[in-house]
Amino acid sequence: MKLDTSGLESAAPLFGVTSELVDGFSSAPSFELPVTTDFDGFQKEAIQMVKPARGTTTLAFIFKEGVMVAADSRASMGGYISSQSVKKIIEINPYMLGTMAGGAADCQFWHRNLGIKCRLHELANKRRISVTGASKLLANILYSYRGMGLSVGTMIAGWDETGPGLYYVDSEGGRLKGTRFSVGSGSPYAYGVLDSGYRYDLSIEEAAELARRAIYHATFRDGASGGVASVYYVGPNGWKKLSGDDVGELHYKYYPVMPSTVEQEMVEVAGA
Amino acid sequence: MARYDRAITVFSPDGHLFQVEYALEAVRKGNAAVGVRGTDVVVLGVEKKSTAKLQDSRTVRKIVSLDDHIALVCAGLKADARVLVNRARIECQSHRLTVEDPVTVEYITRYIAGLQQKYTQSGGVRPFGLSTLIVGFDPYTGIPSLYQTDPSGAFSAWKANATGRNSNSMREFLEKNYKETSGQETVKLAIRALLEVVESGGKNIEIAVMTKEHGLRQLEEAEIDAIVAEIEAEKAAAETAKKAPPKET
Repeated sequence: MKLDTSGLESAAPLFGVTSELVDGFSSAPSFELPVTTDFDGFQKEAIQMVKPARGTTTLAFIFKEGVMVAADSRASMGGYISSQSVKKIIEINPYMLGTMAGGAADCQFWHRNLGIKCRLHELANKRRISVTGASKLLANILYSYRGMGLSVGTMIAGWDETGPGLYYVDSEGGRLKGTRFSVGSGSPYAYGVLDSGYRYDLSIEEAAELARRAIYHATFRDGASGGVASVYYVGPNGWKKLSGDDVGELHYKYYPVMPSTVEQEMVEVAGA
Repeated sequence: MARYDRAITVFSPDGHLFQVEYALEAVRKGNAAVGVRGTDVVVLGVEKKSTAKLQDSRTVRKIVSLDDHIALVCAGLKADARVLVNRARIECQSHRLTVEDPVTVEYITRYIAGLQQKYTQSGGVRPFGLSTLIVGFDPYTGIPSLYQTDPSGAFSAWKANATGRNSNSMREFLEKNYKETSGQETVKLAIRALLEVVESGGKNIEIAVMTKEHGLRQLEEAEIDAIVAEIEAEKAAAETAKKAPPKET
């Protein structure tokens, strides 16, 4: 399988440089087909096998002051919690963030690759790449690997010349522009809290609190989400990490233990 | 000396690539072309050799658009120009597709220059025998630019430049008379530069004006004639002012 390692080469792939003079479109990666009687069935099984449920909760939304991005930090392998401290918000460059959902290695590698491409674009064109452009670059790469088992469900959030930008990009090749997204197994719970509390004219503190609460509620109900709720803010001067709170402690912050009146008390019975 | 000019990829002992220099000669034999950058417009002008009676003049357009906001004129081999322009047009659209943004003038100039350079460093091919003047507006900031490329693959930005036949005289004229202009003044400056080397008249000049709002507009012959007449009148007025004896008390 020929991987797209063009991002790792020093020659920028920006001009679509190929070794031939005649302008040919670079061929898509391909690999040999396995020999089976029922290829379609085999392919379906293979895809089901590698398509994990994306155990995580990430969310991002655009509001008046910029973009708020939040995620949990649990990594799970089936029922085993392999880590409670995974960094799921990836810093592509000082003004752009990516979130991780799906395969951790896939997300990390391709976000780093995207960071390389964004930097090369900056150097060649003397201006920053737009969030639109960056998300398009990533989406095109993921599309060329469609069907080969990559699992990436990411949001690209950033601030560029046109203001705040937020895109959802996944390994099926989809790319959506939007103002509110949540990705992962905990996303239904996060959407519930996010959608009911969202207003465009939130302040930065209110938006951060909304994001934190949404992640907390998702970790409360979804077994595959937990750990630390990280909240980042992307503004005109770039991104800034606002908080990283353990969701266990957040639980007691939202639902503090109240001393309750005792209805019945057990008393020692005098020895019979 | 003759031994070093057959193959493109061979340097001469004194550091010349003769094929590239011969390509520059081909450019010097091409039509005169001029480009002027104003504060809110960019103007391209080119000498138009009279079309044969039976030739359909609409198919002989020398000033072409690469995208809505970029235009180009070249001097040199016309067939090479067609191929280069096609590749540039494809690149403009490809850029729109991959980053959802129109190209900047600098980007497409860099692409064209890169293409021209590639053909000076490969076996079995010859360089493109043309220099181009590329104008356009930055899609976001709206700043106008003018760039020039040549067969060696070098490019740079200019406030005003000329290429092709008698480009030296035109450039000298522009250096003497250039100042920051806008709108119609820029058009006049471009035409005045061309008139230094071309027989006057709308029949022999092709002018195109690009603005941010309206894109590229080719001027009609009648319009060009009118401006030429204005210029001649101004020239005549300047001549009589010079000849008249200075008033002294």
